[in-house]
This record gives sequence, C-alpha cells and structure tokens, in this order.
Amino acid sequence: MHLAKVTISNVSKHFGNVRALDGIDLVIEEGSFVVLLGPSGCGKTTLMRCISGLEKPTSGRILFDEKDVTDVAPKDRNVSMVFQSYAVWPHMKVRDNIAYPLKLKKVPKTEIEERVKWVSELLHISELLDRYPAQLSGGQRQRVAVARAIVHKPNVLLMDEPLSNLDALLRVKMRSELKKLHEQVKVTTIYVTHDQTEAMTMGDKIAVMNSGKIVQFGTPEEIYKNPKTIFVAGFVGSPQMNLLKMKVTSDNGQILAQGYGLKIPLRSDPNRDFVIIGIRPENIHLENKPESVPITGNVYFVEKLMSETIIHLSLSEEKSIIMKVPNDFSVKEGEKIQVFIDTRTIHVFDPVSEERIQL
Amino acid sequence: MKKALYVIAFIGVSLWFTTPLLLVLLASLTPSSDFYIMDKVLPSKLTFDHIYKLLVNLGGWKALIVSIQVALIAIAISFVLGIPAGYALARYVFPGKNVLKLMMLFTRSIPLIVIAVPLVTMYLRFNLADTMLGVALAHAAMVLPFVVLITSSIFSGVFVEYEEAGMIFGLSRFGAFLRITLPLALPGLVASAIFAFIMSWNEVFAASILSITNRTLPAHILSTAMASPDYFKFAAGTIMAVPAMVFIFIIRKYLISMWGISLK
Repeated sequence: MHLAKVTISNVSKHFGNVRALDGIDLVIEEGSFVVLLGPSGCGKTTLMRCISGLEKPTSGRILFDEKDVTDVAPKDRNVSMVFQSYAVWPHMKVRDNIAYPLKLKKVPKTEIEERVKWVSELLHISELLDRYPAQLSGGQRQRVAVARAIVHKPNVLLMDEPLSNLDALLRVKMRSELKKLHEQVKVTTIYVTHDQTEAMTMGDKIAVMNSGKIVQFGTPEEIYKNPKTIFVAGFVGSPQMNLLKMKVTSDNGQILAQGYGLKIPLRSDPNRDFVIIGIRPENIHLENKPESVPITGNVYFVEKLMSETIIHLSLSEEKSIIMKVPNDFSVKEGEKIQVFIDTRTIHVFDPVSEERIQL
Repeated sequence: MKKALYVIAFIGVSLWFTTPLLLVLLASLTPSSDFYIMDKVLPSKLTFDHIYKLLVNLGGWKALIVSIQVALIAIAISFVLGIPAGYALARYVFPGKNVLKLMMLFTRSIPLIVIAVPLVTMYLRFNLADTMLGVALAHAAMVLPFVVLITSSIFSGVFVEYEEAGMIFGLSRFGAFLRITLPLALPGLVASAIFAFIMSWNEVFAASILSITNRTLPAHILSTAMASPDYFKFAAGTIMAVPAMVFIFIIRKYLISMWGISLK
C-alpha cells in the first residue's frame, strides 16, 4: 500500500460571500495521523471535502505526493472516507458494502473474498457479513464504514467525526481501536473532530482551525504547552484555561503582572500596558510550590467528580478561576481559601492580538 | 367505544367507495332480459355476454391494447424528462427553482378544451394526429409535472452521503446516480410510474380529439358504448375500472412505501 504525502497549498473556498477556507497551507506527512480540530463552522469539514474531491477549492492546489489532484474526480484519487453518518448503503448486505470499492476496481473475485475476510476480522465484524445495515447497531455500522474505507488500500484515509454519533463508552473504546488500527494498517489519515480529547489522544499532529484558517499546527504536546493564541489555549484542555487580564507594573526592577490581588513576576518586559495571563486549572495548587504566588478567593461552586474535584473560586465580582484538587479535599461553598499559582506554567498573551508573547 | 366508532367510520367510507363499483360490476353482468325489469333488483343469473361483445365484436380489445401502449410510451417520455428534472430539483440550488416548481403545476390549470383546436391543428401539421405517439405525448405533458414533483421528493429522501460515498469509492456522479440513488429510490419511482399509468389510462378528452382510428379505451368507449344499450355502458365501465384496480392491488406495497418515504 502506498502512503501518500498530502500537500495543501494556499487553498481557499468561498460559498458566495462566505469564506469557508482562507489561504490554508498544510503538509501531511506519509503515514501520519493528522487531526483537524476546531469548533463548528471553522472549515475543517470543508477542507476534508476538498481533499476528498467532493468539493473543489475556489483557489489553491492540493497535491498527493507530487501529483496535482485539485481537478481530479474523487474516484480517481484513491482516497477513502468514513462519513459522520457512516453512509453504509442500506440496500446492500454488509459483505457487499465492504466489497463494493473492490468490485468497482474490478479486483478478481477470490481476492475480494480474501480482503473482505481480512478487514472484517480486523474490525471484529466477521459475524455480521450477511446482515443488512438496518439490522446493525450504530457502533457496528461504524465499523462497517471503516472496513469499507480501508479494504481497497487507499493512499489517503479521511474520517469526518466518525465517533460523534456513538455513546460515550463506545467512543472511548473506538478511539483506541482506531488508533491501533492506524498502527497496523499504516495509511495517511486525516481526522476531523471538534472533540479536543479525541484530537489530543489520537493525533500525531493537530491542526487547530478557526474561521477558515489554521491557527496552529503541531504535536499535541506543543499545542497544549505552547498555544499560539488565546483561542488555541482555551480550546484545548479541560477544564478550560483561566484567563486573567492584568496590568504590567514594576516593583524594584522586577516586572510584574498585577491584578485581582495577584502579583505575578514576569521573566522579561512585555512592552505593553496590559497582558492576559493564562493558567491551566491543574497548575493551581493547594500547597505552596516553588515559584508560586498566593491568591485568596471565595469558593463559589464545587464539582465533585469522585475521581477529582473541581473548584470555582471567585476573585472578584465578575472574575472567577477554576482549579482541580484531590478528591479527599473537603471544602464548602462560601469558604475563603488560599491557593498558589505556579508561575513557571503561566502563558502570556497580548490583549489585543490575542497572540502568545514569548518572554 | 372509540374503537367502535373508528370501525363504523371505516366501514362507512369503504362502502361509500365500493358500492358504486359493485353496482357497476353487477349491472355489467346482468343479462339483457333482466336489465330493464324494475322488480328484479338482483339479476337471476350472471353473464359475461356484454363484456365479451364489447371486447370482441365492438373492438374493445384492440382499444385496450392501444391504451396500454399509449400509457407505457407516456411513462417512458415523462420519465426520461422528469427523472433528471426531479433529481436536479432535489440536489441542486439554482436561481428560479421555486418559480419553476410552481410553473409546472400551472400547466395543469389550462382546461384542455381551450387549446383543443390549436392542438389538433398543430398535430395535423406535424403528422402526429391519429398516432399513438401523439396521444402519448399529450399524456406525457399532462403527467410530467407530477413525475417531476414526486421524483424530486423521492430523491430528496435519499441521503446525499450515499451518493458521495459511491463517488469516493469509484463511481462517477452519474454512476452514483444509476447504481446508488435509483435502486434506493425504486419504490417511489414505481409509484410515480403507476400514477402516470393511471392518469393516462383514464384520460379521455385528449385521446378522443387526437385520434380517430387508433383509439384508447376511454375514447373508444365514448364513441361506441355510449351509443349502445345501457348494459354496454356498464360493461365499458367495468372494463375500464377492473384492470386499474387489479394493477393498484398488485403494487399496493410500493404505494405504501412511497407514502412512508415522503412522510419522513
């Protein structure tokens, strides 16, 4: 099976006045698993449809390896797609559904049988081959869709939110199964989702998209630890990162970000009057850790998850922060507690451009 | 209590529809001797004599064949034009789409009698007069709006993703239409065909004015049976109604599934 490198070069797509895609540049390496992550309407599905050939970009080029496929029909691109609704053909048995791509490629009958057997064992659907899709559960239909997508050994595999219609337990199970499948059947995979957990656990690299643009492209670790904009910082990580607008001051030569009763030392001068400081909930602690600054707040909401507890602390009338504490920490709403912010883990953003400031 | 009311309503409505049919059937089977005797409500014996005479001696059989042929040609023409149109309405967005939909229905609002003379004149000019193709064309024109609208709603019910999946896995757009959309739309298309068939079968006016020798059954009956004793008229009614009823009975499954699809 040939692994293709996908190059997207300055692709834009307009629907009338709506700019679904705005100058997208992206390179997906052979055999890698890349996730397109973003909220509804960000353009991730449109981009996927352009890669598949179901949509044609208004401008820009799409290349598979060195071949320009921008004007090539979907059937000639050797791509594959798992649709959000699975799109398993209802008038054909499961066996015929899976075999259809091979049938269209005029693969000899014995080979079709072999491959259908191989892929149905891989996806654990061997007992379902003679049923009709209407007789299957959603999860089973999804496996049929995946089987059908890989049986003809595509160069590029596209998945459009394949897990979003499954119940929560099944989703977790299928996440690992799909990732394992990718390890066994190495194929360049592009996966669209709005679920940041899926993106973080499954992707080799993630392209975070918003309003038709790619905001950041990097490994899950890069995206989590060094988000380029407030949007990326807020989109990835649950509970969401705390964002505090603070004034830049200096005290005895030390540059500080000041506000809400906090004084956070900054490594260097951001050259601005105001900055937005981002702190992830897991970087606020009950104990004083090295290089931490204290802050006091009123507990105004407690979420007991049994595995851990999430506390909403209000710092002032309009501002509250979220932190995680171990499960055995008991606290009541209305109590005043002091917590510590680990300043080694803060993120600094420009309040106007919302971009990261490297200090 | 409610159930009883429903049952009564059901029986009432059924009787309302079936009684006239039964009376027609009964009258057509009544021998001529019993027919005009007022005291005898039910015939003493049943005879197929009138029906037989109508079909064999008075050329009814030939007209029946013509009717079937005309209906099939009308279906063919309206489908060749109507199915692509229905697909376009279902899948594409284009300027004037809604106006077009309404306009198609407006063609039905012109009474045929108003354009009868110009129509016959045109037919004579094009050598279409008194041909089966001519009558079929007129029927196709009458039936086309319905075929377009019914098929467009049927195609709307077939998810686009099925076609797109077909296109990804190796079919061209047309191939996907042929191999995925049409099989899935089959019940609806069959129902459309039936609708078109019935409309053509029952149509009497255009058939009467556009043909003289090659007449469809209703046109034929209009000229022959109407000039005959009453029992021939009833026999004609039976010949008209029975095939249509049998036909609908055979394909009732498809009709129900079409209604099921359009209820989605």
